[in-house]
Amino acid sequence: MTVIEKIQKICPEAQVSTSGDTIVTVPSDSLAAVAEALRNDDQEPMDYLRDIVGMDWSEGLGALYYLESSKTYGRVVLKTVARDRDEAWLPSVCHWWRTAEIKEREIYDFFGIRFIGNPDMRRIFLREDWKGYPLRKDYDMDSNPLNMENEENADDTVEYYLKPDGTVEGHRNILFDQKDFVVNIGPQHPSTHGVLRMRTSLDGETISRIDPILGYIHRGIEKMNESLTYPQTLALTDRLDYLSAHQNRHALCMCIEQAMGLEVSRRVQYIRTIMDELQRIDSHLLFYSCLVMDMGGLTPFFYGFREREMILDIFEETTGGRLIQNYNVIGGVQADIHPTFQQKVKEFIKHLRSVIQDYHNIFTGNVIATTRLKGVGILTREQAISLGATGGTGRAAGWANDVRKHHPYALYGEVDFKEVLYTEGDSFARYMVRMDEIMESCHIIEQLIDNIPEGETRLKTKPIIKLPEGNFSASVETSRGEFGVMLESHGDKTPYRLHYRSTGLPLVHAMDTACRGNKIADLIAIGGTMDFVIPDIDR
Amino acid sequence: MEVKKKTAIRSMQYDEFKNNDYLEQMVRDLNRDGAGIILGSVDDLINWGRSNSLWSLTFGTSCCAIEFMALGAARYDMARFGFEVTRNSPRQADMIMVLGTITHKMAPVLRRLYDQMAEPKYVVAVGGCTISGGPFRKSYHVVNGIDQIVPVDVYIPGCPPRPEAFYYGMMQLQRKIKVQKFLGGVNRQEKKPKDMDSND
Amino acid sequence: MNNNSFLDYYNIQDLNTAIHEALLSVMPQWLAILLEGLAVGLLIIVLYAVLAIILIYMERKVCARFQCRIGPNRVGGKGGLLQVPADVLKILTKEIISLKGSDRFLYNLAPFLVILASIFTFSCLPWNKGAEILRMNIGIFFVLAASSIGVLGILLAGWSSNSKYTIIGAVRSGAMIISYELSIGLTVLTMVLLSGTMDIQNIVMSQDRMWNIFRGHLPAVAAFIVYLIAGNAEANRGPFDLAEAEQELTAGYHTEYSGMHFGFFYLAEYLNLFITSGIAVTLFLGGWMPLHFPGLDGFNAVMDYIPGVIWFVSKTFLVVFLLMWIRWTFPRLRIDQVLTLEWKYLMPLSLLILLIMTVCVVFGITL
Repeated sequence: MTVIEKIQKICPEAQVSTSGDTIVTVPSDSLAAVAEALRNDDQEPMDYLRDIVGMDWSEGLGALYYLESSKTYGRVVLKTVARDRDEAWLPSVCHWWRTAEIKEREIYDFFGIRFIGNPDMRRIFLREDWKGYPLRKDYDMDSNPLNMENEENADDTVEYYLKPDGTVEGHRNILFDQKDFVVNIGPQHPSTHGVLRMRTSLDGETISRIDPILGYIHRGIEKMNESLTYPQTLALTDRLDYLSAHQNRHALCMCIEQAMGLEVSRRVQYIRTIMDELQRIDSHLLFYSCLVMDMGGLTPFFYGFREREMILDIFEETTGGRLIQNYNVIGGVQADIHPTFQQKVKEFIKHLRSVIQDYHNIFTGNVIATTRLKGVGILTREQAISLGATGGTGRAAGWANDVRKHHPYALYGEVDFKEVLYTEGDSFARYMVRMDEIMESCHIIEQLIDNIPEGETRLKTKPIIKLPEGNFSASVETSRGEFGVMLESHGDKTPYRLHYRSTGLPLVHAMDTACRGNKIADLIAIGGTMDFVIPDIDR
Repeated sequence: MEVKKKTAIRSMQYDEFKNNDYLEQMVRDLNRDGAGIILGSVDDLINWGRSNSLWSLTFGTSCCAIEFMALGAARYDMARFGFEVTRNSPRQADMIMVLGTITHKMAPVLRRLYDQMAEPKYVVAVGGCTISGGPFRKSYHVVNGIDQIVPVDVYIPGCPPRPEAFYYGMMQLQRKIKVQKFLGGVNRQEKKPKDMDSND
Repeated sequence: MNNNSFLDYYNIQDLNTAIHEALLSVMPQWLAILLEGLAVGLLIIVLYAVLAIILIYMERKVCARFQCRIGPNRVGGKGGLLQVPADVLKILTKEIISLKGSDRFLYNLAPFLVILASIFTFSCLPWNKGAEILRMNIGIFFVLAASSIGVLGILLAGWSSNSKYTIIGAVRSGAMIISYELSIGLTVLTMVLLSGTMDIQNIVMSQDRMWNIFRGHLPAVAAFIVYLIAGNAEANRGPFDLAEAEQELTAGYHTEYSGMHFGFFYLAEYLNLFITSGIAVTLFLGGWMPLHFPGLDGFNAVMDYIPGVIWFVSKTFLVVFLLMWIRWTFPRLRIDQVLTLEWKYLMPLSLLILLIMTVCVVFGITL
């Protein structure tokens, strides 16, 4: 029995549309029942909620639920529309997928849809006194001028419930009470890797609760996308997770190419795969540097950056950019690789293999480092899946979630590589996953670098691209997890809605689970091993 | 009128800096009433100290911050020029390098950090986003230029700027400090808090 | 006490006496002592500042070398020699911020307490034969007592700033320093036992046959290591820099301090490093005493040609380098690990060392 048949069994009025991705529309009343059945299915439990995408179809607000099974890796998309535009509400699914707690807040923030049963319905990215919901189509862009008043954050939050007569009412949940010793870690703090702010309630040095406050670098990229043509939208992806610039852009290019029905040449596939892996090494080296620095050892920081500069040199010769490369374009890549590219990459990998032992000598085997990382900040496999903590964080807990392996794209189906898995789920496992992945990435590049076939590097496309109507999506494994592009086209030259699955948002959400009961110093180390990049979370 | 203070950074001559008009204007203004020899030389000494010991506040919001880290790392090593220390506490920092987009939510925080810094303090706006909003200019949540919030001393364009551009901008700041007046001039760039409304 | 002739040659005790007598011949005694006191005080402060500048420059260059960098090399000629003076000039002319909601008096007092404690201990260091500033028969005890004032300054700084980061840093520092003083006290006691005196000069003199670390062999080496670990913690330096913990608490207990107030904390940190090393050198490595081995008279005589002050300073800088090496290599410990290390391992170990040393001394099993 396929998933769609299962859904139709529970909810006969479900409709299936197949323009682009297959999407099952269920009425909002039966969403909870469908979600529960899919989540608890025996053969194919849909236990990983990839993302919830809020939508404003002018006739009504609603959401798309992207589900995946951690057992069979089957995927399904549910669509549901809220009844009333002004008083929109939907049932919360956070009882089945904890990641919904934070994703529903995002939709509330952007669209004003209230989720019945979600314990925390505050704004997440925008100020608490923000007026209106910016991603609604009728939002007035000038309605919120720059407000220089310091923002006061409430210590409690609202949970909505449905009264028997069908109206929605809220009651307050206390986050921090008067007795709590609450320390603001961030937004300007050296170890939050950007402008994340964590309100941390402490009992002595022990953490009793973390409330992440996001949005200090929320740039409204998704709203901007709606007024940009497809080639223009590409520029912003590099600035999401700047340490996964290639991979992010790869995902968007793939999504648009798939919608256009465009097939890129083998040469492009090779280049893109190699670039993705170089970017991964680059990011993991920076991860190593920053983690060690966060833990107070400054010298290894410079080791990581020394090797990273070599990758940046390689990038620079081919793409012209160091950090942000703007290299992938629709139908190929911006320019052909530099003549010395292959030679330099091979030299670099040889060099990296020779120095990686130094990294382990100075840090991995150090008794202080191991005692601070081992057994600290444990996320179990179930927690990781429920929280949607993809990438190295999930793999450290034993959840095989590598998109490259389970939904291969570009050349990942053809190359041989191992999906690095650990089972401990602690900070040390998260660290080791990344260190091992550096070597796996080297292995992948070595298989490809000598065999780049001749071919066109860029297909000619029209300057104005119009995509057919429908929903399209693509996902890639970036340096720190699954990055997804969810695109809805209404046949115009601009996307109707272009949403990115943030890799970091679930990781930040997981901080509370991982850190409770640990010390402040562990908070920094756990944050370091989670390896999030804030501009990617806030978008 | 001949401008007397032509400040060179070691191994970089005056003429190698491209935009000097603004600094020359500043020197003209300062020297309008003449400068005493003793005060002038003490001034030069203090300015030499200040310009060669610029400790920056770590204030990275996005992409540019990574390039700033690269600037501190082994290849570019900004410690060579006196930018050795980065302080995390605004009280102990001399300049604030605004590295990355400033959003509406961040703007009051940036202003507050600036207010918390001890005089003399300088602001360097790095990257397109801080200068004008950059690629996010049309967004509903991005400040179009941090000069709306804090006074900016040096702009470093780029997205993100190359480390060499960072250096050029930071040296331009050094030169600017070298032509300032400490004694008999204005040490504070801002009014004293008691002259303003009470503020933290 | 053989071939001590050259030690006496570099002795400045006679010079001191001569100056004192010359002054007495032209002025009353109280004025002479006042003038001498002022001169010595000035000397301490100048020496303190100069040493701080040297240490900061050294740390920057050393860490740059560890980190494959060059370090300061542009400011003021070759090798960036004037980098630290530039920093000092800058910090001297920087605004000192006073905070709303802070305890003004304690807030302003705290940095002075820290620097005072540091200067007190600094004055006890034996630079050369006859060249000590404070000499008393319980000298090493005074050092331990005076260095404890520093933690008071740190606690006050954290408390009076009225900020959460500073209070966490101060409490951490208080818990840590008070714990590690136990180990310091016990290891110092071990060496007092071996030397048979608490007078710092006499401790040095007692090592003229051989340095304590050789004389006390196994227990002395163990005590040296324990002392270095505990002393490193006492000086608030990595991997025990939890009180500042830049990556966790932005700047720890001195987060809210600016200008020269912050400069005092900064100077004291480096001087405490020097003092810790200086005391370690005095207790274990013979202070200003040249390298002597019994039986090698020729070698000992050659060693004596080098003045004691050079011996002292070079040995101290060697230990300083060792501590810098540790700092720039290890990641930081966590507060519970720091306390576990002290109470579960170092303290019992230093008690054991004390016991073994007592047995060694009583039965004469020393070299």
